[in-house]
Amino acid sequence: MSIEHATAIDAKFGAGSALPMEFRDNKRLTVPVEKIYGVLAFLQLQRGFDMLCDLAGIDYLGYADATDRYGIVYSLTNTTTGERLFVKTFVNDPDPEVPSVVDLWEGANWMERELYDMFGVKFQGHPDLRRILLPDEFTSHPLRKDYPMRGYGERHNFPTVTRAES
Amino acid sequence: MPLEAVASVDETGTDKEFLYTLNFGPQHPATHTTLRLILTLDGETIVKAQPDIGFLHSGFEKLGEDLDFNQYVTIVDRMNYVSPVANEIAWHHTIEKLMGLDITPRCKYIRTILAELARIGDHLLCVGAVALDLGGLTAFLYAFNERERIYDILENASGQRFHPSYTRVGGLINDVNDLFVSQVRAFVKSFPKAHGDVCRLLNKNKIFIDRTQGVGTLTREEAINRSCTGPVARASGVARDLRKDEPYLAYPELQSSFKIVCSNGGDCLARYLVRMGEMLESVNIIAAAIENLPSGPVNIGTDSKVVIPDKSATYRSIEGLIQHFELFMWNRRFETPVNEVYGANETANGELGFYVVSDGSAKAWRARTRPPSFIHFALFPHLIEGHQISDVPAVLGSLNIIAAELDR
Amino acid sequence: MALKLDDNIFVSKLDFLANWVRKNSLWPMPFATACCGIELMASASSRYDLARFGSEAMRFTPRQCDVMIVAGRVAMKMVPVMQRIWLQMPEPKWCISMGACASTGGVFDTYSVVQGIDRFIPVDVYVPGCPPRPEQVIRAVLDLQEKIMKGGTIDGREFAKRTAYEGPGDRLGELDPSEVVIAPGNFATGKRLRGLPLVN
Repeated sequence: MSIEHATAIDAKFGAGSALPMEFRDNKRLTVPVEKIYGVLAFLQLQRGFDMLCDLAGIDYLGYADATDRYGIVYSLTNTTTGERLFVKTFVNDPDPEVPSVVDLWEGANWMERELYDMFGVKFQGHPDLRRILLPDEFTSHPLRKDYPMRGYGERHNFPTVTRAES
Repeated sequence: MPLEAVASVDETGTDKEFLYTLNFGPQHPATHTTLRLILTLDGETIVKAQPDIGFLHSGFEKLGEDLDFNQYVTIVDRMNYVSPVANEIAWHHTIEKLMGLDITPRCKYIRTILAELARIGDHLLCVGAVALDLGGLTAFLYAFNERERIYDILENASGQRFHPSYTRVGGLINDVNDLFVSQVRAFVKSFPKAHGDVCRLLNKNKIFIDRTQGVGTLTREEAINRSCTGPVARASGVARDLRKDEPYLAYPELQSSFKIVCSNGGDCLARYLVRMGEMLESVNIIAAAIENLPSGPVNIGTDSKVVIPDKSATYRSIEGLIQHFELFMWNRRFETPVNEVYGANETANGELGFYVVSDGSAKAWRARTRPPSFIHFALFPHLIEGHQISDVPAVLGSLNIIAAELDR
Repeated sequence: MALKLDDNIFVSKLDFLANWVRKNSLWPMPFATACCGIELMASASSRYDLARFGSEAMRFTPRQCDVMIVAGRVAMKMVPVMQRIWLQMPEPKWCISMGACASTGGVFDTYSVVQGIDRFIPVDVYVPGCPPRPEQVIRAVLDLQEKIMKGGTIDGREFAKRTAYEGPGDRLGELDPSEVVIAPGNFATGKRLRGLPLVN
């Protein structure tokens, strides 16, 4: 099944635009980042994937055999047939940037903000790309692998109120 | 229908002098949890709503990269804390999919029963809290009384009434006893009466209907385009339920015992009615599952090298002891395929999915959660703009936002 | 309580009366953030019925409350909110830290969760458990009543002595010194607190 989609994409965007892969029941396509917006728009309009189910970011720093640093996985769903498709793309430091898909799926808005907050991947054309979960004055991106789990001590940077002064 | 907004706002929200800003939350009774809304008002009409979240962000996904698949279940529990056991089942469903394990029939049935009990508990709290916010305390007390029965069942099964941490890779921490069966049967018998009580209190209640009907309307196309799942999508006419579309656990065998509850209304009342309807369907599933509960082991065989042997095997046999140590020593544990997989379950709030990337060890390289609350809360500004300020609790309650799942 | 008394006047009986009145109508401010909040709801509803001990009147405005129940973990973004709500409560006031997360951070030893609220506000009663059972919440209320009965005074003299920081020592001790940097997001001087008076 993923082969069909890959063939259709290759026919439209040139050979090697989509690399199909299957694991268990997940069908995955790997698409280069320069073609990702076109491929996603094609999948939405021509192949009936009308719902963006999820947007996952992965940091491959230190992962065995990884060549690119950040992976972004678009989980698409066809709500009529129930078919799922996972479209994956890679971006790299120092300036990880992906085109935003908010104009295709309104639901991508907050997911892209979360991904930016957690990984620092920028989405070009996003209407409101701000931090969503962490405070605005936070400077790190905590789900990157080089950020320690206990942080750099940010969680202790608050004044203390003692009983007598309250 | 949403009212026409009488004024527009620019980026800063302050170009019209008569508009004023109301800060709603993060500590406010109607939010139930910790979220903040910055509302720009024209009189009582909401012109613009800006959600501000992250007040409970606790680094769940970072913890998922630090704990192994069995340990992380205690963290997943605390994600949607209204129906914890459903999160555990979804997490281990994904891990078992990653590892290619097929759990035993008895385990499937027990997990199905617990998932449906969790769904009932979640819907009860949601319905009760909506009623509480809209001025009806009694429905909340009725709902909580039933939730206590569900807690009793979970406590008997796992030992903890709230966060059971009951599932393990390849099975459960222990089998259920006869009391579990009789408790579930008693619940199946007594629940429809309590459900009827809540229905009689709310379904024809003029105040409740006036405050929910036509409020926060979401059309079918918007629901799909904005990634809605679960009761929110079904109340807008999206007939999609993973229990039917991608049956997992014991649902393939229980297909005949339940239907998908849908509505075309798309407003808060429709979401309430869908939740009430789903509870009755869930009771039907539980009734069918408990009568057909297969016998046999709850864990897959110990030769699979992934299940924790029970204590008697650990203490009395050399194989059990070795396997116990293999699973608990930090540099051994189990091996997983180097690949990535997405697994999703239909929980009470919608599709709860996990995207797990494995590097071959027993820890996830990345444990991405697809949180339904987060995706549904993104709808909120769209649903509330043009409505009155007193509609905020109705819309918030009908979306059933759980902060720990929202922020993780 | 602005009652001025000379030091040589003994007001034991009046203290007793005030304590007795206070302890039987502790109005909680439910600062419920996470899972413990649901158990707090359970303790107030039908089966456990906190009303039997005079604490059922949950008020969501801090101005009307005597005891703040911090139920659930407190994340970085929430600490200034918690401190402000604590400062807004009128004297005499007490604080119950409900659950492992509020008391110590619990299982969430991560970058964004505060490792115990007692680092930032004073706490009177800690309740263990994740989450504590409703019986434990009731026990905490009873313990607080006992504490008020034993040590309370009509003008709140017992609070004046508590001038020092009461939280755990060595606040950065859990991190290796080489790992500690002055975080760019310095919240003590960050924009959320700057320019705002702590007392309002």
